Amino acid sequence: MAAMTLLQARGLTRHFGGLKAVDGVDFDLGEGEIHALIGPNGAGKTTFVSLLSGRIPVQSGTIRLKGRDITQLPAHARVRAGIAYTFQITQIYAALSVFDNVALAAQSRHSHHLKDDAMEALAGVGLEGRAGQTAGTLSYGHQRLLEVAMGLALKPKLLILDEPTQGLAQGEIETFKGIVRGVVPEATVLLIEHNMDVVMDLAQRITVLNFGNVLATGTPEAIRADRAVQTAYLGG
Amino acid sequence: MKADRALVLHLGVLAVLLALHFTAPAYHHTNIARIMVLAIYAMGYNIAFGYTGLLSLGHALLFGAGLYGAGLLVYHADASAPVAIIAGLLAGGAMALAVGLLALRTAGVAFMIVTLMFAQAGYLTVLYFGSYTRGDEGIVIPRAARMLWGLDLSDDNTRYLIALALFATALLANLALAQSRFGRIMVAMRENEERSRMLGFNPFTVKLTALIVSGLYSGLSGAAYGLMFGYVGASLASVQYSILPLLYVLLGGAGTVLGPFLGALLMFYLIDYASAVTDAHQFVTGAALVLLILFAPKGILGTLRARGLKWLP
Amino acid sequence: MDFGPFLLLALMEGLVTAAVLALTASGLSLAFGIMRVVNVAHGAFFMLGAVLAWFVSQWVPGPAALSFAAALVICPLIVGGIAALADTVVLKRLNYEPEATIVATIGLLYILEQAALSFFGPDARPVPAPLNFRIQLPWFGYSGYKLMVVVGAALVLLAVWLILRHTKAGLVMRATQIDRDTARAFGINVDRVYAGVFAMGAGLAAIAAVLIVPIQQAHYLMGGDPLLLSFIVVIIGGLGSLRGTLVAALLIGLSDGVISTFFAPTLAKIIATLVVALVLVFRPQGLFGTRAA
Repeated sequence: MAAMTLLQARGLTRHFGGLKAVDGVDFDLGEGEIHALIGPNGAGKTTFVSLLSGRIPVQSGTIRLKGRDITQLPAHARVRAGIAYTFQITQIYAALSVFDNVALAAQSRHSHHLKDDAMEALAGVGLEGRAGQTAGTLSYGHQRLLEVAMGLALKPKLLILDEPTQGLAQGEIETFKGIVRGVVPEATVLLIEHNMDVVMDLAQRITVLNFGNVLATGTPEAIRADRAVQTAYLGG
Repeated sequence: MKADRALVLHLGVLAVLLALHFTAPAYHHTNIARIMVLAIYAMGYNIAFGYTGLLSLGHALLFGAGLYGAGLLVYHADASAPVAIIAGLLAGGAMALAVGLLALRTAGVAFMIVTLMFAQAGYLTVLYFGSYTRGDEGIVIPRAARMLWGLDLSDDNTRYLIALALFATALLANLALAQSRFGRIMVAMRENEERSRMLGFNPFTVKLTALIVSGLYSGLSGAAYGLMFGYVGASLASVQYSILPLLYVLLGGAGTVLGPFLGALLMFYLIDYASAVTDAHQFVTGAALVLLILFAPKGILGTLRARGLKWLP
Repeated sequence: MDFGPFLLLALMEGLVTAAVLALTASGLSLAFGIMRVVNVAHGAFFMLGAVLAWFVSQWVPGPAALSFAAALVICPLIVGGIAALADTVVLKRLNYEPEATIVATIGLLYILEQAALSFFGPDARPVPAPLNFRIQLPWFGYSGYKLMVVVGAALVLLAVWLILRHTKAGLVMRATQIDRDTARAFGINVDRVYAGVFAMGAGLAAIAAVLIVPIQQAHYLMGGDPLLLSFIVVIIGGLGSLRGTLVAALLIGLSDGVISTFFAPTLAKIIATLVVALVLVFRPQGLFGTRAA
């Protein structure tokens, strides 16, 4: 890869009792790429990104963001350092207005033009017309978009999206793909995704996890052609 | 504009209170002065409970810190009233910091019990050092010590106006806090701690800051209460005084700026009225707690806000 | 008196405290363990048991032993009934949401104390002991009734343990404790179990009060100390663990007897409350519990 490395993980490990959820994973993210993380259920994808975002502490291994060791940094400090995480199960402030949801994200990075920045993030996902609405009254698809807007408003270096298209209609998925393409190359996107069409369409590189280990990493074409991946995951 | 409408409402309430100074009969005049001072305490409680979601059962410790911080200085060291009030304010904040550093390692039910236990320890400490605090019997602050820049706090008129000045400052500061960026973060912490953490906010720092602000309010109220009404006693630091602000806030509306005052006003007169017709005023407190938590957990202003007054801060 | 006999006396007094405390605290522990309800009104249930025992002693004619036996049956039933009612009318409607439940039980505490004040009055009133003999030891005489309290409390605790471990009702309770929804799916009437457990917890406090009231007198504010001590015991023993509760009750009761014989009781209480707070902060599983995964 010609691009600079944004994030580098070495020997990342997390066991739960006897379960090796993540077992000595090495992983690199290039700046400005869209990288997809795939693998069968229980492969350790969510645990892996939780280690990156700091929601779960690392047992051993190191994580570097632009060369800086962030392994011991608590989750909130990693967000400030530029790693944004959107939840697999939608986590918005249902009782607050749509605007407040995004404004909270914007003020986390000490935005000086809170209103403009918040509205810009909303416009980025097409929700600018609903700023005054109570977030909990949005449709499910719009709540997912709001969650992405909160990620955008953080202006992150790395945006981690955990199964963002789950439960979305086909039309909403198309909108979503457009949004993700607009995020790069200013930011890097790491995407956990089950929908193979979305993955093949968006990702420049793909990493396949299986039983807590990296099975393969490469371009969509290379992954499609990989024998091991075919047997383990794509079902031949 | 949203902010302007809210400001007008709050200034209006203050204007009515000023008008009452000239019109209210003596009995109500004294009551309202007392209610305003207690409302400062309830506002402080609301900053922790209503805005940040920290349900403490031990705020009497913070109120008591202000009460005794000011009272002991005046009684034993002949401090002047302004010094005593500031000392009380700071004592409340410092106590909140100390309690917060420990109690905020817990959450939910454990937080409630830990704060309850700390407050109980504080109350017992007041009793234990009875030779200084005069325990249950309490300290009567002499009239000479209740002078604020030449103003006599034991005089009804002065007392009312000073109470109003403190209340107005506390209320407008509360309004500004609620509409500030930090106000939004407090609410975010209450609504969804994990989401807030993943937006880059440190839950511990946010909660500790809110608790300290809450402690400053409680300490100020305790100090003012002691000096204005001339009495500093252990019963004012007992568990009843931890439940009182909870009751006021639940009734008026948790997480609203005017709710604590409204709750204090209504509850004070409800108990006052009940005491006149029966001696069972504890029953009123108990029944109010149960009925509110069952049927109106948002309180009066919280319900109004949910029913359409969305702009209410 | 020499130090040795003095210590023995302190330990015997401590044993009485521990026995009554174990009963009261196991009631609190039961409600918390099975329903996850922190019952702030538990001390009020205790007080109610003692106050009702006084009423029973006034109404039931004949020897003190007869009215005492009647109180031992009637008081826990009435108190348990009130608790079951409170559970059904209030706690169930709150869906046992922890913080709301605590606020509601605080309200309940106020209501019960007011009721006692209104109907029983502000004075402390004695209830006669069912038996009156002293055991003469070489150094001092000791109340036979106090020893009976220890034996009585132990018997009741044994019965509770047998019910929980070896009856169908106990099995149902334990199943509900592990998973409320699964229990419901298996046809267990969870509402009834909860009302029953809450009643049983309150009933245990009432039995403890009936046992202690001939020594202590009945008063409408007497619930404060048992509540505080029960909290201490339940927290130090590990929230919801009945065995931990018993061990902690013995420990606290005995040390309370000893400490308050030699030190100022207020100081002992200050230390105890601070210890409890710190245990919750640094070792929430209790001193004897193991951390849940």
